[in-house]
Amino acid sequence: MFRNFEFSPSRLVTALVMLVLGGATVFLIFSKTIPIPEKDIASLIMLVGALIFYAGIVVIFSLFENETVMAISLILPSIVAVAIFVYGFIGWSVRTSMSQWKGLNPDYTPAEPLLKNYITLLTHDPRFAVDVRNTAVFTMLFITGCIVIGLGLAILLDQRLKGETIFRGIFLFPMSISFIASGVVWGWLMNPATGNRITGINLIFQSLGLDFLISRWHTTPPPLGMAFTAIPAIWQLSGFTMALYLGGLRSISDDLREAARVDGASEFQIYRYIIMPLLQPVTLSAMIVLGHMSLKIFDLIVAIGNQDQRLDVPGIYMWNTTFRGNNYAQGAAIGILMLISVAVLVIPYLIYSMRTEAEL
Amino acid sequence: MISRRTTINTVFYLILLALALFYLLPIYLLTLTSFKAFSEVDLKTMWSMPSQGLHITNFIAGYKQLAPNFGNSLVMVIPEAILSSLLGSLNGYILAKWRFRGSNLLFAGILFGMFIPYQSILIPLVKFMQFVQLYGGLPGLIVVHIIYGIPITTLIFRNYYAGISTEILESGKLDGAGFFGLYRYILFPLSAPSFAVVIIWQFTQAWNEFLFALILTNQTKWPITVALNNLAGSQLVQWNVLMAATLLAALPTLLVYIFLGRFFLRGLMAGALKG
Repeated sequence: MFRNFEFSPSRLVTALVMLVLGGATVFLIFSKTIPIPEKDIASLIMLVGALIFYAGIVVIFSLFENETVMAISLILPSIVAVAIFVYGFIGWSVRTSMSQWKGLNPDYTPAEPLLKNYITLLTHDPRFAVDVRNTAVFTMLFITGCIVIGLGLAILLDQRLKGETIFRGIFLFPMSISFIASGVVWGWLMNPATGNRITGINLIFQSLGLDFLISRWHTTPPPLGMAFTAIPAIWQLSGFTMALYLGGLRSISDDLREAARVDGASEFQIYRYIIMPLLQPVTLSAMIVLGHMSLKIFDLIVAIGNQDQRLDVPGIYMWNTTFRGNNYAQGAAIGILMLISVAVLVIPYLIYSMRTEAEL
Repeated sequence: MISRRTTINTVFYLILLALALFYLLPIYLLTLTSFKAFSEVDLKTMWSMPSQGLHITNFIAGYKQLAPNFGNSLVMVIPEAILSSLLGSLNGYILAKWRFRGSNLLFAGILFGMFIPYQSILIPLVKFMQFVQLYGGLPGLIVVHIIYGIPITTLIFRNYYAGISTEILESGKLDGAGFFGLYRYILFPLSAPSFAVVIIWQFTQAWNEFLFALILTNQTKWPITVALNNLAGSQLVQWNVLMAATLLAALPTLLVYIFLGRFFLRGLMAGALKG
């Protein structure tokens, strides 16, 4: 390991200068010894200081002249950041969720019993029960809608029709719009007014003589109302699902289809017995990506629902109870329950993909 | 046989066209309304074309409402997308080509961060950012976006670099290239497709993000999503102006998709995002 170790005094001095300079910058700004009125500038100088400090550490690692050591020193900040911001913070949230923290000042006195906040949420909190039901409705419809439409579009576009690029673009572009912007527009399209105030999509239905389709949309009495909030979400992400499936379809070799045709299989049979089974990994990936999105949905419902209690989801409940109601302990418990629901979905998937990759 | 194929194709086209209309409906309404005079914004005439000329003034009014926030979003998103793609590229290079003991487990550990609901780390995040004095402004928001972007950017680059043969790197090593040389002269020049995917992805994500922006910035530093949501909830703003503002807010990412979307799609279809 040290066969290449070469003591280079100049590099060591460089490293020390960087450590001192960077460390001093961070300290002077952090302790406000040098006051800087514009807060963003102060933050920026502090970040640059931290970066110089870290560069000093890298220079010290470089003294070893060992490339694996070098590699590890360069990935270290990412590891530390993820360790703190993901795992450390999850641990901190768990601790908060088992505490009595209510009000602005942190209070980590353990709750009595320890899981009190969880028990309350899961057994006698009608609002959380509504949230769970709403999330279930939304998730089911959102995933099913995206997969069915996405797969359908991918198969249609796989027929090498003219104008494929344009269609692809049209189906994909809603993905680029924020949930907030799309919620604002869809809130208008799904205007529930009836009679002479009828408007939005309902107005189109009326003028086409399709009166039976006129709907109260997301203001339909629960739990059906929640189902309509999935429409904008499907509009946004079915194109993304289509792109995933198209990628899968394009990776299936034409020889395979040709061979099936030679054996006398119809186009339908080719899709049913050859292509669909080969697309299963794509379906799995799509379900994971879409599933974790819908379990933590927040902005879209905020924009459409506008604090409508019937359209409440855990993400909004967590927000309200924590930052409006200052009930930090309960907010943390909701956050951790959301995490558990995602982890149940994602961890088996991560293990599965690590295993299959290891076999390759 | 040929005529049957033609019939099928016609049916396919009709389905595609109907769906395309559905997909374009919100954008059509958005554009239509944002050009109308306020007197034309009526429930009954919602779908009619503007009849009193095109009111560009809506965009000016909308822009006036959101101009500072539009600037905040730009200041945040551009450094965020560039730094996060560089970091992801470095991480991907190390995890794909400099495997060390436990590096696969480490990768799985990093990847998990991609899926967590941010509500589960929100309270510690706020307290931590207040403690390190990065709360309330844009640098803090940039740092947070970069850190929570590490999993996805690392994933995309790692998968991409894993597909580049190690033999090229071996021959580079024989020619005397070291850790940085291999990256600088062999991998980096080949990385354009994954840089395109990552930059577009991170740009869109950060531009559209709402939760972190809402909680980590003060009102003067609000990015566009928070300001737009506030504007939409205020009830004081006219609908045509709000629609113009919404269109302006969506424009940067829309333009990115229209002009660079095919690079993104190509990368996506090449399996860059599959776990």
